[in-house]
Amino acid sequence: MATSTTKALAGEEPPGTPRSTGGEGTARRRSALLHRLDVKGAPFAFIAPFFIVFLAFSFYPLVYTSWISLHDVELATLDVMEWVAFDNYVELWGDSRFWNALQNTITIGVISTVPQLLMALGLAHLLNYRMRASLFFRVASLVPYATSVAAAALVFTMIFERDFGMINWALGAVGIDPVNWEADKWPAQVAISTIVIWRWTGYNALLYLAAMQAIPAERYEAASLDGASRWKQFTHVTVPGIRSTIVFTIVLSTIGATQLFGEPLIFGQGPNGITGGADNQYQTLGLLLYEEGWKNYQMGRSATVAWAMFLLLVLAFVAQRLIKRLRSRTS
Amino acid sequence: MTIHSLPVRTDAPDPTPAEKPAGRGGRRLLRQRAGRQHHAGPLAYVLLVIMAVLSIFPLYWTMVAASTDNTRVSQTPPPFLPGPNLFSNLARAWDEAAMGKAMINSLIVAGVIALSTVMFATLAGFAFAKLRFKGRNALLMLVIGTMMVPPQLGVVPLFMMMSELGWSQQLPAVIFPTLVSAVGVFFMRQYLSEALPDELVEAGRVDGAHSLRIFWSIVLPIARPAMAVLFMITFVHAWNDFFWPFVVLDMTNPTVPVALTQLSAGYVRDQSLIMAGALLGTLPLLVMFVVFGRQIVSGIMAGAVKG
Repeated sequence: MATSTTKALAGEEPPGTPRSTGGEGTARRRSALLHRLDVKGAPFAFIAPFFIVFLAFSFYPLVYTSWISLHDVELATLDVMEWVAFDNYVELWGDSRFWNALQNTITIGVISTVPQLLMALGLAHLLNYRMRASLFFRVASLVPYATSVAAAALVFTMIFERDFGMINWALGAVGIDPVNWEADKWPAQVAISTIVIWRWTGYNALLYLAAMQAIPAERYEAASLDGASRWKQFTHVTVPGIRSTIVFTIVLSTIGATQLFGEPLIFGQGPNGITGGADNQYQTLGLLLYEEGWKNYQMGRSATVAWAMFLLLVLAFVAQRLIKRLRSRTS
Repeated sequence: MTIHSLPVRTDAPDPTPAEKPAGRGGRRLLRQRAGRQHHAGPLAYVLLVIMAVLSIFPLYWTMVAASTDNTRVSQTPPPFLPGPNLFSNLARAWDEAAMGKAMINSLIVAGVIALSTVMFATLAGFAFAKLRFKGRNALLMLVIGTMMVPPQLGVVPLFMMMSELGWSQQLPAVIFPTLVSAVGVFFMRQYLSEALPDELVEAGRVDGAHSLRIFWSIVLPIARPAMAVLFMITFVHAWNDFFWPFVVLDMTNPTVPVALTQLSAGYVRDQSLIMAGALLGTLPLLVMFVVFGRQIVSGIMAGAVKG
């Protein structure tokens, strides 16, 4: 690679070399100009593709969503927009399905995120030991991450099946009555959370592991000199040491939780999926957004749900900030 | 190898200090560093084996269910050992459930997205890591900020845009919005600011190379290991992406996850066919994880926020 550069470069005129003749002076000035243009302009050219695609396909849609949410737009006639001001928001506020979906999104979010991150922390701690086959364990814990939402949800739907599913069979073996995982609210939410937990625990564990390995060994030595037990070391050295990674994973999981869509959709097996079960018992905001837009053909309402999701995210982060500030004040 | 073949400036004091950062770069950065070195006890091994079993079992059982027939899957106790019908079920899934077309579509979508993401992320990552320009920090903060915005929020206008462009149900509708990724830009920036020595870029400048040539001849060779990792991770994400393809594509032209939803949507469910489809759709990524597991693991760890 680099060798070929050298040859190519050798043919060009080095701009810095002093010359005396006038004709070459203008050439030098021109190449100096080109050089300055290159140094000033190239960075912007290099980052331009990212920002152009982002502006066109992410930022513009995001902003335009708010404009659409103030209109009535039907799926069949996308170019006909009727101004309705805040009607969509007022209707959404009075719609019990919205509050139900909001509640489900929050409860599934909590049931899936909290155990997932705690288990990831434990797994990362285990992976941080010096051991045989460490690569195998790392890759094995990443296998769920390689599985698509669709494939994972299909398998778990079958494992949680009421009549012949493996879970109910195992429960029966220890004398527990079969659970109606799909039709009952809390079992359904637990089953859906299980899919999320399965897919993301290993990935988060690797993020934690990376951060744990960056903790200087001296801190552990100091702690053990102070007579701190293994558990004390874990809570007083490891956890504070990976704090920013923990915050990062909480942020990512929160975003993921507000967007939850594929797992409940497929868990509902087709027709019931979009409504989140016969009684909307596991309909999330993501599903409601899709139902309003692509089943009820009300794109304006769909955009309103999207804005509600965005607000929920903002609120979650504000709440997290507040908790953090309160905690740092008390400690 | 790069540093030796580059013309060394005569006033450069000594090649060794320049060599050091170059050696620091490259593959070593992506390798895991040794952390604290307690040995795992028996309990740790037992727990890890349980975790590994829990991770792998659902996929193993996908294979078991895909290799039996519908009546056997629906009996209790459930089957735990593979049956004889694996290949016939896979063949049925390929033909009947449109999985064949879906696999080809997903290959195109994920391949194009991964290639373009890697290319643009390396360009932008290099600019953010090593070039000086107005508003660099503000723009980088903007890139990081965009990571926090879930794409689902803009789905309604995006859908309208695609139908106006005539791309509804077409692959470009899935490809274009994801041609770049903020995570990718940030990942390459982090990698290059550590792995690429400033001296190399300056040496290239002194020799009169323009920015694109510096990128091509100096940055790319050093960035290659990180680019490979970013390619694989992006490929996995694009292959598995669900929401937007589900919204904009239909069953005549699906990607793998979209085709899989259709498998389960019928009123008469053929369980072993569904599982065969799920297995088929996951297989390419599983092979990739088995072959490149080490690189993917180290890549994810390298992209993590440390400290």
